[in-house]
Amino acid sequence: MGKGVAITGMGAISAIGDNVQENYDALVSGKVGISRISKIDTVHKDDIMVGEIEMTNDQLKQKLGIPKEDAVSRTALLAMLAADEAISQAGVTDINDCETGLISGTTVGGMDQSEKYYFEYLESDEHWGHINGLHAGDSTQKLADHLGLTESFASTISTACSSAANAIMLGARMIQSGQLDRVIVGGTDSLCKFTINGFKTLMILSDTHNTPFDDERKGLNLGEAAAYLVLESDEIVKRDNKKVLGYVTGYGNANDAYHQTASSENGDGAVLAMEKAFKVAGLDPSDIDYVNAHGTATPNNDLSEGRALLRTFGGNVPEFSSTKAFTGHTLAVAGGIEAVYSVLALQNNIIYPNLNFTTPMKEFTLLPQTTVKQKELRHVLSNSFGFGGNCSTLIFSKEA
Amino acid sequence: MKPVYINSVGSVSAQKTFENNEFLNEITDYNDTVIHVIDPNYKEYIPPAAARRMARGIKMSTVSSKNALTEAGIENVDAIIVGTGLGCIGDSERFVSDIIKNDEQFLTPTRFIQSSHNTVAGQIALGLGCKGHNFTFVHSAVSFESSLIDAKIMLENNEVNTVLVGGVDELVEHHVTTHRLIGHIKKKPIALKELLQSKTEGMVMGEGSHFFVLSTEKSPSTYSELVAVKTFNTLSKERVEGKIVAFLERQHLSINDIDLVILGNNGDVNYDGYYEQLSTTLFNDTPQAYYKHLSGEFDTATGFAFWLANKILKTQNIPDVVKLNAIEPSNLKTVLIYNQYRGENHSLTLIRKC
Amino acid sequence: MSELKLELKEKIIEQLNLEDVSVDEIADTDPLFGEGLGLDSIDALELIVMLDKDYGIRLADPKEGRKIFESIDTMAAYITANRTN
Repeated sequence: MGKGVAITGMGAISAIGDNVQENYDALVSGKVGISRISKIDTVHKDDIMVGEIEMTNDQLKQKLGIPKEDAVSRTALLAMLAADEAISQAGVTDINDCETGLISGTTVGGMDQSEKYYFEYLESDEHWGHINGLHAGDSTQKLADHLGLTESFASTISTACSSAANAIMLGARMIQSGQLDRVIVGGTDSLCKFTINGFKTLMILSDTHNTPFDDERKGLNLGEAAAYLVLESDEIVKRDNKKVLGYVTGYGNANDAYHQTASSENGDGAVLAMEKAFKVAGLDPSDIDYVNAHGTATPNNDLSEGRALLRTFGGNVPEFSSTKAFTGHTLAVAGGIEAVYSVLALQNNIIYPNLNFTTPMKEFTLLPQTTVKQKELRHVLSNSFGFGGNCSTLIFSKEA
Repeated sequence: MKPVYINSVGSVSAQKTFENNEFLNEITDYNDTVIHVIDPNYKEYIPPAAARRMARGIKMSTVSSKNALTEAGIENVDAIIVGTGLGCIGDSERFVSDIIKNDEQFLTPTRFIQSSHNTVAGQIALGLGCKGHNFTFVHSAVSFESSLIDAKIMLENNEVNTVLVGGVDELVEHHVTTHRLIGHIKKKPIALKELLQSKTEGMVMGEGSHFFVLSTEKSPSTYSELVAVKTFNTLSKERVEGKIVAFLERQHLSINDIDLVILGNNGDVNYDGYYEQLSTTLFNDTPQAYYKHLSGEFDTATGFAFWLANKILKTQNIPDVVKLNAIEPSNLKTVLIYNQYRGENHSLTLIRKC
Repeated sequence: MSELKLELKEKIIEQLNLEDVSVDEIADTDPLFGEGLGLDSIDALELIVMLDKDYGIRLADPKEGRKIFESIDTMAAYITANRTN
C-alpha cells in the first residue's frame, strides 16, 4: 500500500447546479436548492420539500444526445451527465488506455421508471424497455456504455446513504492494490415515489427546510444528484502529466450493528469509521481542518453524529458543517457530492456554511460553522452514514 | 501479499444443500420455468421474534451464513460482504404495489426498510454484533464476484483476517412475470435435466443464498485457496478465449493446469454459445461441469458454482449430475469458473486445493 | 371497550407478525415495548399507521406514540377518546 490516489476529475449535478462550478457558486453564495416538488405527482407534495434538479428527463436526454424514446432511467441520465464532466476535467480521451474501472453507488436504480409502469407492464409492451432498469446495476452498466468503457471492472455498491462514499473507498483501495490504474467512482439517485413514501413511513421527512444540528430539527429533505470523481494512480498522473485536484488519503468503513435504521446513541459505528480513516491516512484528529458532516437533520442522525464527533475529536472539534440544507439528502450520492464539495473546499480554502442553524442542541455544545469561512485547509474529513448500520468516512488531502 | 483461503461454505439452494455434511446426495429434478429453494427448517436457526420481519432472502442468508460460521468454527468475522442482484426484491415489489394501490396512503415502514439492498448484510451484522467493514454489491451477474474481489483485497493487504462473503437472491412473482414478458425467462416448462437441449430462448429462474468464510489463515476446515477473480462488463465471443488465457498466464498457469472448468450454461439458445465455443476449443481436453440445471439462473448463481467448486475440491469427487463431458481429471487441484449473463458481466474465478 | 382491546390484540399479532404469541398471552396492562411484548421503534411506526388506517387518528410526531402504546389499556383508551371512524 502507501500508493497515492489522485483525484484528477470531478463532475456533479444536484439541486444547486448542473455542474461542479455551479454547485460551488451556490455553496459560497448561499443559494439553496430546496423547494416544493414539481416533477413527481405525489399526494405528499404539500407536506414535504425536496432538492430537485431542474432539468426534465427529456432535457437531460437532449443534453446527452440520447434519443427521447430510449428507455433510460433518470438515475442513469444524471449519472451520465456528472461522469462526462468528471472524465472531461480529467482529460481522459481514451478511457480504455489503461486498466480503468467504474464503481457507482445507487439505492433506487431505475425505480423512478419501474414505479410508473409497475402494473402497466402487464397491460402493454410500450415501456418494457424499463423492466431491466430495476436492477441497480443497470444504471451503472448504461453509464459504462455511455463512457465507452469495455472489458473492464464495473460494479455497483448499494449501502443506502453511504453508497457513493463506499464506491470511492473501494476505488481508492483498488488503485492502491494495483488492480486498477484509473477508476471512476461516485453515485447517482433520482427522486421517486418509492423513497418519498419510504422515508415518509419512517416519519423523518421535514415539512420545511431542513436544519442540520439544530435543536428544533424536524427531519430531512430528500434530494437527487449524481457525482463522480476520477481517481488515478501515481503512474498515470505521471504518464499523462495530470493536474491533481487532491488526494483520497483516508477511508474507513464500520457497522454500527445497533438497529436496522437508527444510529446508535453514542455513534459507535461513526467513531470506528473515523478512527479507521485516520489510521489509513496516517493522520491524527488534530490534522483535520474541516469536517463535512453527514448532518441529515433527523433527530437521530445529528445527535449520534454529534456525539461521535465529540468522542473522536475531544474538545477540539474542527469547523464542521452539513451541506444538506443546500442539496437535501441525496441518499446514495451524499458521500459523492460531498466528496466533490470537500475537494472544492481544499482547492479554495473555503468552509461552507451550515444553513438554517439557530438553536444549539441541548445534549451538547456543538456549534456548526454557519457562515462562509476562508481558512487554509490541508485535510478535510467527510462522513456518510446509512441504514443497515453503514458508517463511512473519507479523508481528502491537498498532498498525497 | 497473504494467500486467501476459503475455510467454510454455507448454501441454501434449489437442491438440498443446507446440510454441510452432504454433497448432492439426492437430486431434485424440476420441470418448470422457475425453481425455488428447498427451505431448511428456519425455526431451527432463527428465533421467532427475529424472524417476524425477515424477508425470504434474509432467512435463507441467516441459515447459509450460520452454517458457514459454524463450519469455520468462529462466532464472528472482521468484515461482511454481500452480493445481490436485487436484494429483498419481494419487499420492494410489495412496497411499490402498495404505493400504487393505496395512492400513497397507509404504507408501513417494514417493507421499505427490508427493500434496501443492504438489508441482508446489515441484518447479519446486527445478528452477530459485527462492527467491521460492511459492503453490499448489486451488479447483476457479477454481484458475488465483486464481493470476492473486495474481500480478497482486504485480506491480502492485511486489513482483516476473516471475512464472511456471500451472494443471495430471492425469486418473486412480479419480477418473474415481467422478465417472462421480455423473454428472459423461458415461456414453457422444461425438465431441467434436459436444460441444455432446450434450444429455446430465456433461462429457468432460480434463487439461493451462499456464504463463505474467507481467511488469511488455513484451518482444518479449509476447502481451497482463492487464487484470482476478474470481471469484465463487456466481452465479445471472439475475445473470451484470449481473456481466459491472459487471466491464467497472470497466475503463471496454462489451460493444461486446469483440472476442471465450471461453465454457466443456462439453456438460453441465444447466449450459451459463449460456453459452447469454449467447450469445443479452449477446453476441449479439459474436464467440464455445469450447474444451472440444479440451481436455476439468478444474479448470484455463481455462488452455487463457488460452493460446487469448493465441495468438489474437498471431497475430490465430481458428481455425475454436473459433468458436461466425459473427460476424467487425473488430478483434482485447480478449478476455474467462467460465467456471463446475456453476453454481459463476465467473470473468471480460480480456486486451488491447498 | 373489552371488545376493542381484543380487536387490538388480534391486530397487533397479525400486523406485527407475532406468530408465536396468542391473544391470551397479552394482558391489558402488559408493557408492549421493551420488556413486555418486546416491540421496538419500527413496530411503533407500524402501530401509528394502524391508528390512521383503522381508527382515523393521525399522529404527526412519532414521539406521541410512546405514551399511547404503553399497553393495550392505554391504546384502547386513546382510541376510544379520539377515534373518527
